[in-house]
Amino acid sequence: MFNDTSNIWHSRYPIKSSAFALQLLKLDGPLLLLISIACLLGVFVLFSASNESTEILMRQLIRIGVAFAALLVTAQIPTDLIRRISPWGYFFGLVLLSFVLFLGDIGQGAQRWLDIGIRFQPSEIMKLAVPMMVAWYLHERKLPPSGKHILNIFILILIPSILIAKQPDLGTSILVFTSGILIIFLAGIPFRYISVLSLLAIPGSLLLWEFMEDYQRQRVITLLNPDIDPLGAGYNIIQSKIAIGSGGLFGKGWTNGSQVQLEFLPEKSTDFIFAVIGEEFGLLGLLCILIIYILIIARSLYIASQAPDLYSKLLAGSISLTFFVYVFVNAAMVIGLIPIVGIPLPLISYGGTSMVTLMIGFGILMSINANQKLLST
Amino acid sequence: MSKNIHIKDHGKEKTLFLNRIFISSLVGLFLFIIIVIRLIQLQVFEYDTFSQKAQGNRINLRATLSPRGTIFDRNGNTLAENITAFELIITPEQVIDTEETMNNLLDLKLINPMQIDAIRKKIQKTQKFRSITLRSNLNDQEIARFAANRANFPGIDLQPKLIRHYPHKNYTSHVVGYVGSINKKDQTRLNQSFYNPNEKTGKTGTEYFKETILHGEPGYYQFIANARGREISLNENRKNNTFLENKPALPGVNIFLTIDLNLQILATDLLDGRRGSVVAIDPNNGQVLALVSSPSFDPNIFNENLTTSKYNELQRNTDQPLFNRAVLGTYSPGSIIKPILGLAALQLGVTNLTQRHICKGHYSLPGNTHRYRDWLSSGHGSVNLHKAISQSCDVFFYEVGGRIGIDRMHDYLDQFGLGQKTNIELAGERTGLIPSTKWKKAMFSKKEDKNWFPGETVIASIGQGYMLATPLQLANATAALATRGNRFKPTLISAIENPINNEKIFNESQELTQIKIDSQSYWEEVISAMHNVMQGSGTAKNVGLGAPYKMAGKSGTVQVISVGQEEEYDRELIDERFQDHALFVAFAPLNNPEIAVAVIIENGNSGSRVAAPIAKSIMDEYLGY
Repeated sequence: MFNDTSNIWHSRYPIKSSAFALQLLKLDGPLLLLISIACLLGVFVLFSASNESTEILMRQLIRIGVAFAALLVTAQIPTDLIRRISPWGYFFGLVLLSFVLFLGDIGQGAQRWLDIGIRFQPSEIMKLAVPMMVAWYLHERKLPPSGKHILNIFILILIPSILIAKQPDLGTSILVFTSGILIIFLAGIPFRYISVLSLLAIPGSLLLWEFMEDYQRQRVITLLNPDIDPLGAGYNIIQSKIAIGSGGLFGKGWTNGSQVQLEFLPEKSTDFIFAVIGEEFGLLGLLCILIIYILIIARSLYIASQAPDLYSKLLAGSISLTFFVYVFVNAAMVIGLIPIVGIPLPLISYGGTSMVTLMIGFGILMSINANQKLLST
Repeated sequence: MSKNIHIKDHGKEKTLFLNRIFISSLVGLFLFIIIVIRLIQLQVFEYDTFSQKAQGNRINLRATLSPRGTIFDRNGNTLAENITAFELIITPEQVIDTEETMNNLLDLKLINPMQIDAIRKKIQKTQKFRSITLRSNLNDQEIARFAANRANFPGIDLQPKLIRHYPHKNYTSHVVGYVGSINKKDQTRLNQSFYNPNEKTGKTGTEYFKETILHGEPGYYQFIANARGREISLNENRKNNTFLENKPALPGVNIFLTIDLNLQILATDLLDGRRGSVVAIDPNNGQVLALVSSPSFDPNIFNENLTTSKYNELQRNTDQPLFNRAVLGTYSPGSIIKPILGLAALQLGVTNLTQRHICKGHYSLPGNTHRYRDWLSSGHGSVNLHKAISQSCDVFFYEVGGRIGIDRMHDYLDQFGLGQKTNIELAGERTGLIPSTKWKKAMFSKKEDKNWFPGETVIASIGQGYMLATPLQLANATAALATRGNRFKPTLISAIENPINNEKIFNESQELTQIKIDSQSYWEEVISAMHNVMQGSGTAKNVGLGAPYKMAGKSGTVQVISVGQEEEYDRELIDERFQDHALFVAFAPLNNPEIAVAVIIENGNSGSRVAAPIAKSIMDEYLGY
């Protein structure tokens, strides 16, 4: 390892000191830049969404700082080590999840918090532990995986997903489930399986409906017809569409969105911050944000495609695509395309734990990237 | 290593993986495109709709109430006005300790212990920044008590509010009316967009009849409000607010009544609380100079707290102070109709100026023994029309009435406006009743009741039986006699005034069809007989004696209960409520009349002795003597 870095040191080509520093810290310059831009824009939007609260601004800045530190630390962990701790992480997460279910704190009507000095949500661990576990399971096996392995993986994914859904936290459950399923897809599961699974989705969704809480069913009904109860269940989505629609092409200007500033838009700092951008910066602002997200995903997928081993490939691919799901689900729910599930807009929404998890994910990506660079030199 | 380790084909796996990454990217891109399409739909194509909805969200409308128009009498004396009253309000978000505040208010006797629960509930239901009225209409002591302790009451305040005030209280209540809270019946009648549900609306009198113009048009102003409806000040919003509309309220129109306040006060005082009514009309234009119903009430009590008990008290009062006798009370007109029947008889030729009848104190129809009495049991002797009117001889009119017949009698009384609404600007006016054969046929269901009997014509000839008239109708008919047949629609409205530029529009008198009497001498004969009633040898000769102007009148004394064939009417023995009604109509001056008056005193016993002096005093006052 030491020798390798000295190779770079003695390279015949002149290397800019900043690029060198990045490489030394095992960071990917383009990805880091894009993430920083997204966070910076987020802070900007959040200031307006929080009615110019410096207190919230400071807290978010501290979170971003902590999250970047987590990214930096994670990036230093060798991919090998990450792979080896994968099953432990998974089982540790499962234990914590069971704890939460039986003796967790109740926060906002849902039981998701565990208070161990600092309060955090064990379900967040699973966002990374599940894809790590699935990638670990597959990495020494022949691809595409056989039916038996697919079934095993399914069970590995379903247990934490169901535990999380029972908290109830449908948003995180969907993300955890998707992060695992995506790996099966990336591992080359044959399309005939996919079509069978898609057919199974129909009875599956009926089953899901049976298990849903009343408020979750209400959200589905509301999506189909928000005007049934415009001041109750339909209120959020109606106000969110008004905010975005009235933003027009260029928006009403920073801190000038009436829907936001006069508090017609609910959850404007967290789940509905996409609508804040829509109202104050218009279609143009949303397109800019979407382009930044596309670039982040593209860069992540590029890192995945260049990853040196199967474990890294599958994990990096899952992290990248889960990030996409994150963005898509949040945007689609805020503009009324899918029911409202509690998934924040990544890197921009106000909130602690998910920001840290995201950054650790990006840290893993950077570790994989650094590892690849190391091997290729 | 065990044998179940597969030989991995890294190259193939890599292609497979890249293949899947490619597919994922395509799917992802496709989903992003869907989002962009949806955004274009919302932000470009539906921009206008959502923009309007956002505007509608943040712009709230608040109504500004229009001050109600003032009501004046014909000389500009204020009869109804708006005065400032104070109500006690609480703004919960500014209150430090609600319970303590309420206790302190209780100690100062500013709220009632019974109210407390209702107030607590209201505070809970209402948003914290909205004010709630605790008490309305504080009196001066209460205001002073609160003002002295104001520092101890953060969140409690006095708020001025306009309320209706009637400075002449009882004197004008039946003409002016009063205002009250809007009830269900009012809601159907009123243009609801013009009213705040807590507003008051006219309930009776002019306040009711002219509600639409008195009320005015409320204005509104727009303001920026947040999702909870709290007004956001200009500063907080940091935007220019010139786009906000502000439409000032249009104040209600001022109304000048035809009423002469002095006359109204005098007439009320003369009735002195007895059940009765006085109506005075200017015969030259139909303007009502006084319209009194007695007893009366103070309309200001409806503004005070605890009005219901006082209202019930008024309603239970057997003298019915809330009942406007002038237009709602119907009375048998009695001998009042004799001058009109005299005119009819002359016009129809059933009698002439000289024809005489012998009055023996009673009258019987041919072939019938039933005796119809004259009020003077000894009889009037030989009477012609002139004497029959001035002495009010019943027997003369029994006979002449029979010759006229009920249907022709109806036609002439009808020409004088009896038996029909005058359409004065007061609600609920009664039609009265002038019977006819046609009326009886339509009125009764049994076949034997449908026929008109000759005996019914006899009693109709002296204005009794089915016949009914309101005091206003009698004054109106007297005005037509005074002008020798020129009739005007009675009115209470003299002018309406635009409150902004004080431009007055006068109410023009409405002339009605002239009464058809061929010879002027018929008019003069009847009027001279009426002159004789007051200033000659007639029934009320003492009343007009020595007056510096010439006047004419006619008395009427109407039975409330029927007296049997052989019984004597002895008023000492009869309960007050069953004593005769006293009626009198009069006009003056004789040849260019300026005022016509009708006076009715229920159970007043004698028209000439009780009602006539009141009519005379009113004419004196109006003519300036």
